[in-house]
Amino acid sequence: MLTKIVRTVANQLILFILIFGLYVIAHGHLTPGGGFQGGAVIVSGVVMLLVAFSSKELKKSLRERLLSIMESSGALIFIGLAFAGIGIVFFYNFLVGTPIFGRIPATGPGPGDIWTGGVIPLMNLAVGLKVVAGLSAVVLAMALFSSGEEIEE
Amino acid sequence: MRQVVGLILLLIVVAFLVSGMLLFVHPFGDPPSDMDDYIIENAQEETGSNNVVTSVVFDYRGFDTLGEATILFTAVTGVLLLLRTVKRKEESS
Repeated sequence: MLTKIVRTVANQLILFILIFGLYVIAHGHLTPGGGFQGGAVIVSGVVMLLVAFSSKELKKSLRERLLSIMESSGALIFIGLAFAGIGIVFFYNFLVGTPIFGRIPATGPGPGDIWTGGVIPLMNLAVGLKVVAGLSAVVLAMALFSSGEEIEE
Repeated sequence: MRQVVGLILLLIVVAFLVSGMLLFVHPFGDPPSDMDDYIIENAQEETGSNNVVTSVVFDYRGFDTLGEATILFTAVTGVLLLLRTVKRKEESS
């Protein structure tokens, strides 16, 4: 555990890091970024918390069972959306033209509409969930291993 | 003797691969392929996504992204298998 200054600054900064990561994930079909990149941004915030506080403290709020459920559900949503379009072809974008995320933008450069993209925003959310949970579990397991802590089942 | 035979076989395989790469691979950007023009012109209409890169990653080449997600899943599983030290109740008592 570091000093009180570092802990206070980390407490203030984690909010902005989470908001930026969620923005990158949710706007993956409009701006550069996506599930993998935004997930990595959020995990960098988790690493900051891990440095500022000890892994013993973070172990109380990041339950390992919750992380594994999050990662598995992200993978299942992703592959389920891929299989949902299998009536035409695997990974078919079946939501284009429907009321859910179905608006079609004009061809060419444009400001972008959040309600477009078909299954792409949903897949971005699923992959973001998966990356956040998976990489957080990896970082937390490494920190707990190096500090000699144990996970209680 | 086995080493010499193996070396000769390795050289034959390498020569086969290199000659195939030099002779038959598509020359870079010449002539331009049809696929990139098709994606640039039709991606916004077909996938509804303004970010064409994301529409390629998650729609046209979605199977590749599935492989990426599988790699991540396997890596997480391996790290947790190796580094997780769980305190079990029957061992501690």
